[in-house]
Amino acid sequence: MSLTYTVTILHDLDPNPSPDHDLREALMAVGCSPDEGDLLASDPVFYLRVPEQDADRVEALAQQFLAGSPACRAVVHPGVTMPPRDEGQAAIVVQRRPGVMDPVSQSVIHAMSESGFVSSRCQVRTARRYRIGGIETNVPMLEGLASRLGNGIVDEWRSFSGGEEEQVPDPFREFPSHSQGRVEIPLIEASEEELVAISVDGGLSLDLAEMQAIRQHYIERGREPSEIELETIAQTWSEHCCHKTLTGAIRHGDLRYGNLLQETIFQATRQLDLPWCWSIFRDNAGVIGIDEEWGVSFKVETHNHPSALEPYGGAGTGIGGVIRDTLGTGVGARPILNTDVFCFAPADTAAEDLPTGTLHPRRLLRGVVAGVRDYGNRMGIPTANGAIHFHPGFVGNPLVFCGSVGLMRREHVDKEVHPGDLVVAVGGKTGRDGIHGATFSSRELTEDSEQDSSGAVQIGNPLEEKKVLDAMMRIRDENLCRSVTDCGAGGFSSAVGEMGEETGAEIHLDRAPLKYPGLGPTEVWISEAQERMVFAVEPSKLGRIQEILLEEEVECAVLGEFRDDGKLRLLHHDQLVGELDVKFLHGGRPSQERVSIPPEPKPLIKAEVDHLDAQQLLCTLLADGNVASKEPVIRQYDHEVQGRMTLRPLAGADRDAPMDGCALDPLRDGSHQVVVSCGLTLGMGEVDPYQMACHSVDEALRNCIASGGSLERAALLDNYAWGDVKDPAILGQIVECSRGAADAALAYGTPFISGKDSLHNTYRAGGVSRSIPPVLLVSAISITKGPLRVPGSDLKEAGSSMMLIGPEGAIPGSLMQWLHGGGGGIPAPFDGELGPRLLQQVRQWIVAGQLRSLHDLSDGGLAVAAAEMAFGGGGIGLDLDIGALGADRNRSLFGEGPHRFLAEVRDTDVERITADAEAVGIPLTCIGRSVVEPTLIIRHGLDRCIESGVGELKQIWKRSLEAIWPTS
Amino acid sequence: MADLMSKGTPRALVLRAAGTNCDRETVHALELAGAVVESIHVNALSRDPSILEGVGLVAFPGGFTFGDDVASGAVLAHIIEQRLRPQLQRFVDRGGLVIGICNGFQVLVRLGLLPGGEGRGALLWNQSGRFEDRWVYLTSGSEESPWFAPGQRYFMPVAHSEGRFEWFPDQPGQEFPTEQVAFSYCNEDQSAASYPDDPNGSHRSIAGMISADGKVLGMMPHPERFVRPEHHPSWMRIRPDGAIPLEEQLPVPLGLSIFRRAVDHLKTHQGDLVGEGGTR
Repeated sequence: MSLTYTVTILHDLDPNPSPDHDLREALMAVGCSPDEGDLLASDPVFYLRVPEQDADRVEALAQQFLAGSPACRAVVHPGVTMPPRDEGQAAIVVQRRPGVMDPVSQSVIHAMSESGFVSSRCQVRTARRYRIGGIETNVPMLEGLASRLGNGIVDEWRSFSGGEEEQVPDPFREFPSHSQGRVEIPLIEASEEELVAISVDGGLSLDLAEMQAIRQHYIERGREPSEIELETIAQTWSEHCCHKTLTGAIRHGDLRYGNLLQETIFQATRQLDLPWCWSIFRDNAGVIGIDEEWGVSFKVETHNHPSALEPYGGAGTGIGGVIRDTLGTGVGARPILNTDVFCFAPADTAAEDLPTGTLHPRRLLRGVVAGVRDYGNRMGIPTANGAIHFHPGFVGNPLVFCGSVGLMRREHVDKEVHPGDLVVAVGGKTGRDGIHGATFSSRELTEDSEQDSSGAVQIGNPLEEKKVLDAMMRIRDENLCRSVTDCGAGGFSSAVGEMGEETGAEIHLDRAPLKYPGLGPTEVWISEAQERMVFAVEPSKLGRIQEILLEEEVECAVLGEFRDDGKLRLLHHDQLVGELDVKFLHGGRPSQERVSIPPEPKPLIKAEVDHLDAQQLLCTLLADGNVASKEPVIRQYDHEVQGRMTLRPLAGADRDAPMDGCALDPLRDGSHQVVVSCGLTLGMGEVDPYQMACHSVDEALRNCIASGGSLERAALLDNYAWGDVKDPAILGQIVECSRGAADAALAYGTPFISGKDSLHNTYRAGGVSRSIPPVLLVSAISITKGPLRVPGSDLKEAGSSMMLIGPEGAIPGSLMQWLHGGGGGIPAPFDGELGPRLLQQVRQWIVAGQLRSLHDLSDGGLAVAAAEMAFGGGGIGLDLDIGALGADRNRSLFGEGPHRFLAEVRDTDVERITADAEAVGIPLTCIGRSVVEPTLIIRHGLDRCIESGVGELKQIWKRSLEAIWPTS
Repeated sequence: MADLMSKGTPRALVLRAAGTNCDRETVHALELAGAVVESIHVNALSRDPSILEGVGLVAFPGGFTFGDDVASGAVLAHIIEQRLRPQLQRFVDRGGLVIGICNGFQVLVRLGLLPGGEGRGALLWNQSGRFEDRWVYLTSGSEESPWFAPGQRYFMPVAHSEGRFEWFPDQPGQEFPTEQVAFSYCNEDQSAASYPDDPNGSHRSIAGMISADGKVLGMMPHPERFVRPEHHPSWMRIRPDGAIPLEEQLPVPLGLSIFRRAVDHLKTHQGDLVGEGGTR
């Protein structure tokens, strides 16, 4: 016999309460601005179901633990009932849908077991009750508020007008269970149309040629495939797992590629053949050596579609997933840095410009930042590098890139699986999370929206992943594991499939710990539930692993063992539900040659800027989200945890000026530095995808050098994000991009070590399918010896010379161009001869202490870079003259291109630097001085085209994103 | 008492639990300060609480123990209350030093170890309503302690969302123990600060509290994140040649100085610790 209680926590004893920020934001979004005296409260609600014998413990638990602070009190009611509200207060109750992960409830159960409850017989669900007083409300408005406080994909809610008692759906109602056992799919006799229908209906994303190859395989075996076999093949052959477009054959004009990536990006790495590249393109992350003993891994992933649906959960599981890539590199690397790069539609996008069914970019941005913040911060990993880009082309499909850097010893880089090793699942329980739209066995259940939606999005639990991390580092350091990988897309099917690629495995799916009963074997096999890893363990070492996991409070289960016969056997309660030949699984996919259309140069469309003077143009650029200060985001991330940072994303006199990257001391002894940066030249993609790739590599490396890195030991990651790759024109852009990336990497001698592609980023608007703008994100990581040498981008003193380093920029591809309706033209060319020479020389100047400050020229060109350098100077101004740079004023001020920096140089060093530049052939022009007056002056000959207080410009630059995260 | 020292070196314990995440840098800071440090999981300490008898200093590091579910530090405080309260009290009573940083401070306040005495404190949501990571200036409290010199200026990062200290007297009109303020937020010139230099809107701009006897310190800022000069967020501006400054060239003491002072205190006061001594 169980009893149900509702514990509501009222924070009414806080002498200085602040209004609930989510509620206030939601009110503003429905067009209501609350006044000072209005009540905006939120009450945490805990529904407890306890055995009768524990009933007398509930009140003490509620007061001492659930309230537990003199600032609040707990009100306990039997049943599902909340304390009455004051007269006139409206309320909204938001709670998780059944079957959706509720991490807080697990912590409450932990505390209950400490207090002597029979925790195995206790259940907890949580909710939040929002109360609104002093504001006129009505039912549609409350529903509007509720839909902003909760997300229909994971939450359910009820709203209540003044005087109405809260009645909510039973929080403990069961999640319906369904079919079990083996399901056969008739394929052998299927016609071509039927094959396509089976793929489409099952959400398998296999094309006709692939379905035919599968049918042929089963004809040879003389039987029909089972559902779980077909799902496994579909997962293994998916774009996500085997990157069939980029590793496929492509005819591109006169060029033919058998495997595009192999022959471009990988080929560059092979050609460079650097001994410090320890693991490239074969593991969950690339690994490079710091010295002989230590190395760092680096991987960047995307999580776009989940973030578009549920930004908080999607971004959180994005960062959670890439951290697991680090944990699953070799036998485990320790995560020491997170990176994040986002692309959204502009935050001021009008509601009528949103495709139906999509969330407003402002809401997406807030949700994504909150997701990265809460997951990254709880993992204790600094998030210290990244970028945020805005472009209308992301209105239906935002991009969310999450990166992770790990630290590991060389001896832990290699892993292997031996037949007879145990397959051990470690970490979170398996639920229906992330199971794609419709598997065969659950097809009929898709009618049920609860079933459907709770599966579509994964909910993360960073606490679980942190426990897994702590346990794994101990297991690794005791050398208890032979191989490790993470459960990402495809869940166990991908993880076990990859590890058993050579050996085969036998898996008992009923042994996986489940979140709730009723999962069929296929669901267990392909579930994308978070925070799970798979280990390959020598049987004699299992006992010690279990001891460590017990102390760290991490669950594990032995699912089966690896075999020596090349068969992947899947059992459920001893029934064989699937048996696959791993050779066919990993080698049976038919390859097809695709034909691409090489892009043509685009005619120049002039930007409409004639009505704007240079000062207005600068102010527009500084206020634009692409340039505006990211401080409101950066501050929400713990970018200092672990105590390794030596260059932070913000520095300067007021610690709010943007640096070009970040640096950390990996071994905490000053012996080495790890420098991380990124490059993404958004406007360039539509103009010239080859140049975009070169420019992105160049930008990442310029940022890296400006942050204290060196070309001597620098490596790159590629992240492609593209639209509909079935379109030959888009495929042509990808080919050009790959060629450009490879050429630039070779020119700089910096190998790509890992990468990831996210294709099919399309959305429907106005009845047509649209693709996002082409994006190549390049991330750079560099190792240097000794203490960090870095000037920083902030001006240091008045009276220095300001030196423009590098060639001219151009308007085509620049932010100014596309922001003002322009496009096309010929961008400033990447110069593979000049680039490396220039970066090596800049590095030498940095090491010799000859640059007082240094900033790369990127979005917004010279004018924006000059302003940003002044923002960190604590009141120092600039007096520059660009007359010598040519007649086209806007091109000199706002043009963009590779190989460009602005540097502050002491007068006594100018001669030396000028001589160096001449000796190696680097363009270098003195364009003015730093001055005592806090003013930015840029002259074009006699015309003072820009003259503005640094403080005023800084305010313009700061307030755009501050408006998205108001602090009061 | 020889057991509290390893060849004259003070022993320290860094206590971690699920979700702790500043344990390793806290170990590092205490080691740099000259202690012999062991990091231990609360489950391991629960199995053998006598380990506490062999150490002179216990650190509760930062993090999000148990995800800060329910409230910051709530679950860990509950576990300690249920399993280790008497042993921890004995450790404090015999003069052991305790530091709680960020989440550790939240745990000590939740347990009532700070401020201690009459009345209670709470660490509540920042007035800004969000997590913030920024460097802040601090002025240390008015009383001598094993942890800091009075009235000194410090500079350290904070990184938290629940750091607003509020005071709840047992009786109305009860006086606030100002001598127990360990650190308060201030401007660079040590004048009174407002947001964002006071990042959370605490009562009296409190950043840290200390027990009446000076042995138990809790603070929201992170001294363990400033143990080398290049941890200073704008170290590039300090020397004209742009190189990393020496410790004595910094305008403020390292956060490390707090750990050093405590470890030095244990070295010089080793005879003052009362109790049985450990078996380890």
